[in-house]
Amino acid sequence: MADSTTLDIRQITGRWVLEGAGQVGRLSYFIVDMIRGLSEVRIWWPRMMVEAWNIGAGSLFIVLLISAFAGAVTALQTGYQFTGSIPYYVVGTLVTSSIILELGPVLTALILAGRIGARYAAELGTMRVTEQIDALESLGRSPASHLVIPRVLAGLIMIPALTILANLSGVVSGWLSVKAVLPVTDADFIYGAQYYWRPWDAYYSVIKAFFFAGSITIIACYMGFNTQQGAEGVGKSTTTAVVTSSVLILVLDTVLTRLLLNQ
Amino acid sequence: MIELRNVHKRFGKQVVLNGVDFEVREGETVALLGPSGTGKSVLLKHIIGLIKPDIGEIIVDGKDVCRLKRRELSELRSRIGYVFQNGALFDSMNVFENVRLGITDEDKYADLDYVRARITECIRLVNLPAETIDKFPAQLSGGMRKRVGIARAIAGNPKYLLYDEPTSGLDPVNADIIDGLVQRLDDEIGVTSVMVTHDVRGAFRVADRLALLSEGKIVMQGTPQEFLDSTNAKVREFLERDFDNPSFAA
Repeated sequence: MADSTTLDIRQITGRWVLEGAGQVGRLSYFIVDMIRGLSEVRIWWPRMMVEAWNIGAGSLFIVLLISAFAGAVTALQTGYQFTGSIPYYVVGTLVTSSIILELGPVLTALILAGRIGARYAAELGTMRVTEQIDALESLGRSPASHLVIPRVLAGLIMIPALTILANLSGVVSGWLSVKAVLPVTDADFIYGAQYYWRPWDAYYSVIKAFFFAGSITIIACYMGFNTQQGAEGVGKSTTTAVVTSSVLILVLDTVLTRLLLNQ
Repeated sequence: MIELRNVHKRFGKQVVLNGVDFEVREGETVALLGPSGTGKSVLLKHIIGLIKPDIGEIIVDGKDVCRLKRRELSELRSRIGYVFQNGALFDSMNVFENVRLGITDEDKYADLDYVRARITECIRLVNLPAETIDKFPAQLSGGMRKRVGIARAIAGNPKYLLYDEPTSGLDPVNADIIDGLVQRLDDEIGVTSVMVTHDVRGAFRVADRLALLSEGKIVMQGTPQEFLDSTNAKVREFLERDFDNPSFAA
């Protein structure tokens, strides 16, 4: 009995290791294929512009709305915790730093993992199960330059841009909200925001957004590309893409914070 | 010329091809017959390098498809038109753009005058009305989608045409139209064709030679008359289902 349990654990571990190694190998091959396809600028450029417009215009409202609420809640909670012994200008520091360093990039990435990641995985997954990707290959054309590169590059450009707008929206909303609950003047808020401000904070926010964009788009395209077994497979790829990229965003958030801020 | 030598393929524990030897000569039309699920489409995808064999060689024009480099494979594919079972049209593109993708020569692809003329010609060859080119795949019937798939496959002037179940899912009238179209294209553009089908009637009508795939092997290759005269039990079993069908006699 004990032997069979040991064997089962060994079998399961072995299967996991093999499956993991297979996924890493396939993902590496997928990325190499993408890099090779970069030379076909004529193919991916117009498609990238369309995708960039779709990401930007389609996600702008929801990104601004959610970051505005995040900014407002941060400001209101700061107001709740203030006892009067802390100078009011500190609220400007807290709201600005919370939004730019953490909430802006992470919330934007998590929203877009759901919105863009799910869409890409479902689109490419459907194309895989309906043989559209095979058809592209059969015509001697590279699926990487037609389908993957435009989506990944559009994400790498637009997600950091949306993050900058989300940061602005969150800070402005926090500014307006804090004035409703605390006797903070505009001058206090601006002074606090500027007092601890370092330009590196803005770069850090954009660098994080860039890495998050890579994880959202590459994971979603990879999952969609490797979809199997019809409609059920498309659903599975979509869910896996969103869950994997969301977890990866949080892992990257921790790693990048350690690497970029705690030197 | 297309040759498959001792091709084996398995997916997990399921053996699909178990030592297939198969050959298609220049200019002929070969129908690959077999019941559903016997690996006919898998075999066809091996020819164009969409699936690689576990063992064996696939030789097209003297070159082993499995050993071709990326660019060589792309060049080979530009000489082969592949008609997918359900059309596999790009649903985000209209018919014009779908067929245009079939023009594999990049200079011609960029020449809009050539593109317009070629697409009009291909649409005419597959008997579709000219106004179809502005429609999207979702606006077309099953038979029309298959014909657009054929138009896309022939747009690049291929040397070989591979048809994956071109008549499956169609009513007998539309199936006859597609069979007639395959026959006419073979005559008009002189391509070498391989047609995967389980429609015996259509295969006898269109093909110069037939091959029967069963249990992962080619059971028999020969002319329609040789198939009719065969005493092989698997051939008889497969053919007799359709001989009993009154439409076959007609």
